[in-house]
Amino acid sequence: MAVDTVPADLCSIPALMARNARRFPGRTAYREKEFGIWQSWTWAEALDEARAIGRGFLALGLNRGDHVAIIGRNRPALYWSMVAAQMCGAVPVPLYQDAVAEEMAYVLDHCGARFVVAGDQEQVDKVLEVQDRLPAIEQIVYADKRGMRKYDHSRMNWLADVAAEGRAAQARLDPELDRRIAELTFGHTCVMLYTSGTTGKPKGVVLSNRNIIETSRASCDFDRLTEREEILAYLPMAWVGDFIFSMGQAMWAGFCVNCPESAATMMTDLREIGPTYFFAPPRVFETALTSVMIRMEDAGRLKKWLFRTFMGVARRVGPAILDGKPVGLADRIAYGLGSVLVYGPLKNTMGFSRIRVGYTAGEAIGPEIFEFYRSLGINLKQLYGQTEASVFITQQPDGQVRSDTVGVPSPGVEVRIAETGEVFYRSPGTFVEYYKNPESTASTKDADGWVATGDAGYFEEGTGHLKIIDRAKDVGRMADGSLFAPKYVENKLKFFPSILEAVVFGNGRPWCVAFLNIDLTAVGNWAERNNIAYASYQELAGHPRVLDMMQGHVEEVNRSLAADPTLKGCQVRRFLVLHKELDADDGELTRTRKVRRRIIEEKYADLIAALYDGSTRVSTRTEVTYEDGRKGTIAATLEIRDVAGAGPDARRKAA
Amino acid sequence: MRDTTAEGYVTADGRRIGGVLMEMRNITLRFGGVKAITDISFDIREGEIRAIIGPNGAGKSSMLNVISGFYVPQEGEVWFRGQRRPPMKPYQVARMGIARTFQNIALFEGMSVLDNVMTGRLTHVRSGILDQAIWWGRAEREEDEHRAKVERIIDFLEIQHIRKTPVARLPYGLKKRVELARALAAEPRLLLLDEPMAGMNVEEKEDMCRFILDVNDEFGTTICLIEHDMGVVMDLSDRVVVMDYGKKIGDGPPDEVRRSKAVIDAYLGVSHD
Repeated sequence: MAVDTVPADLCSIPALMARNARRFPGRTAYREKEFGIWQSWTWAEALDEARAIGRGFLALGLNRGDHVAIIGRNRPALYWSMVAAQMCGAVPVPLYQDAVAEEMAYVLDHCGARFVVAGDQEQVDKVLEVQDRLPAIEQIVYADKRGMRKYDHSRMNWLADVAAEGRAAQARLDPELDRRIAELTFGHTCVMLYTSGTTGKPKGVVLSNRNIIETSRASCDFDRLTEREEILAYLPMAWVGDFIFSMGQAMWAGFCVNCPESAATMMTDLREIGPTYFFAPPRVFETALTSVMIRMEDAGRLKKWLFRTFMGVARRVGPAILDGKPVGLADRIAYGLGSVLVYGPLKNTMGFSRIRVGYTAGEAIGPEIFEFYRSLGINLKQLYGQTEASVFITQQPDGQVRSDTVGVPSPGVEVRIAETGEVFYRSPGTFVEYYKNPESTASTKDADGWVATGDAGYFEEGTGHLKIIDRAKDVGRMADGSLFAPKYVENKLKFFPSILEAVVFGNGRPWCVAFLNIDLTAVGNWAERNNIAYASYQELAGHPRVLDMMQGHVEEVNRSLAADPTLKGCQVRRFLVLHKELDADDGELTRTRKVRRRIIEEKYADLIAALYDGSTRVSTRTEVTYEDGRKGTIAATLEIRDVAGAGPDARRKAA
Repeated sequence: MRDTTAEGYVTADGRRIGGVLMEMRNITLRFGGVKAITDISFDIREGEIRAIIGPNGAGKSSMLNVISGFYVPQEGEVWFRGQRRPPMKPYQVARMGIARTFQNIALFEGMSVLDNVMTGRLTHVRSGILDQAIWWGRAEREEDEHRAKVERIIDFLEIQHIRKTPVARLPYGLKKRVELARALAAEPRLLLLDEPMAGMNVEEKEDMCRFILDVNDEFGTTICLIEHDMGVVMDLSDRVVVMDYGKKIGDGPPDEVRRSKAVIDAYLGVSHD
């Protein structure tokens, strides 16, 4: 059993915040870019804000154990609202802000939220749309006032007014607030997070103060995070990662949380802040790399030459230098020159100049992308985790970073592999339960506290690093019995900047087929340079020359697969380019943008059939959901391409 | 029925509309032999959204140009805030607190969005050319204040992400929004919008509608707009003036105008009810 090494008086987020306000009263705790400049708050000011909101919540009648839904983009005021809810003994429940009203209704109903803190009018409208079905909701508090003047304010308040009321009632409500903060223990619920759910309805994961604070402590020690770190809080607040990084670790270590101006300015804000500790799903790194590659293609000849030459040097020696391994003097000099001419400026444009620790997780990252960043001297590492583990299951220690593993078990985490190949873990961060769902809790977590991850993996001999192959339920067999691991192939395809998303099918089939999504930015730029005119996404996606390019990419992937003895059967023999982007609003991706394989397989069954029956064209109609929830359909005729296989048994291709 | 006496009225959604801000009295505008506007009178009240509609060539844009002081009518009087307005140069009109956007976007294409919006503050700049050249003390302080005001508008219209982008690179819908931002930067009492939704898709129109309502709501700005899209006009405006061949053929709240026989015949065509 893990021993509690966290002092007893630091067993809640409010307690940690108060400690930070004592220890670093003048240090910047939060920044938000608003009105063109970075507004900042010190720890003392942040505590004052959170306490004012907390007293305001008390005045509105927030009870112990109530659920407070938080819906909005990352803003200091919403983080403070979460702390304020905890101060009152209530449980914050952050929701995905881009969820449509229907999805939101399920979660609001399931957790029975009495208070909803909404970021702006858009979120308030969504709550109001479903409020008549949700009698539990008593108060709606909004952070941004614009457009809210005409609303019925009998049960609605502006967050600043709530805080102002809390300030006015300081003398009256402070004793009650302090009493409730003092009641908090390690066993109290810290937060409830709904898993996006690749299958079925979302489940409310209950995480206790022990889960969050123990995990934060262990992970801060692991990477030696201090109060001097700067992070950018831009990932959804409803996601466990953001809660650990921007709340747990930020509170434990006392570092600064920076909130971007809007989602659209995230890349600019990233560059201005230059975080020292950065987390991003592979997609963000892919996008950044894609935009670099596009700009390099438009660059002059000298710049192109410089880039190519020095990236060659970086690829050869960069990762070794980062890991502190011996490297020859000539290479060191070349790399040094490259830092001045290429790597430094490049890192600066991407906002990665100051990164000390960078993590990627959520999905496997393409090895080429991973190596690209490592070779620039960015300490990008991988971790493996889930909501139920308060993120951390395994992570890579400095100096042992590789693209094909997810690292060693995090401090305090035990990992074992079951007979079936499924990965199980047990840790202080292991969740308490699924809210109001004992069956799911029982089927996921056994009596000894072991949790099933649903992922298939194995420990590598010698190094003790965990390798994840795929979702346990997605790994299958081809008709001839060879291993089928779709995600492995998809990741290889997605390394090409022009491919945004790929879905590979082939379980129980003689060969593999794939759906591809073009990356509009990359392909649009390419089309412009090649004088290809197009009027819509659909037209560009179906353009014969785009298909030619895609065919080249698939052939290249097949060649690299042919070199892998266990996965050579997964070569893609036929593919098509989808006429629409896979979208979370249509249920094809999760809110964290993971592919929902089963749903896509059902929805596009006609396309899969066509891929296997040998036809060269297929007509289809697809239902799409617009951002406001309305539905429409798009019709398209898609061309199917055959691809040559690679390797000794390539002749086996049918049709 | 609403009360349209001198003291103003209260709208259906509870907004208080004040007294008369601007009044057009018997305006007639001629270009040589062509009568663009014939004997038109109407008023614009403090805090309201007033629309001018009519078929192509009805004289709507000419009317807006009379209000903005760009055209001087041959006959009739323009009254603003209880005083008769003598013929003025457009910049003098701007100083009186009237700002406008154009049907064909008129932005500085090579300048960034921020710089374009900053030009809207021009009528409020107090420091002289010498101060500005030396860039010390007053001029610097003043620019900081202007920038702060402009940033509020950028935030309000949600164009932060294109703050530093040259206007020439923006799509049409965003350019329209930048133009609105520049007009707002002047902190006008009366905002004139010349076909704010022309050429927009449905989504852009919805956004623009929301911004117009929010501007009116948040800043209390009186808005006079010309628009083609009937649906938009009916939803947005408090009162509508209908023009046809330079004459006023209707004036009143949208639902009243919609029922008027003259308006239906002239503008909306034959009723299908």
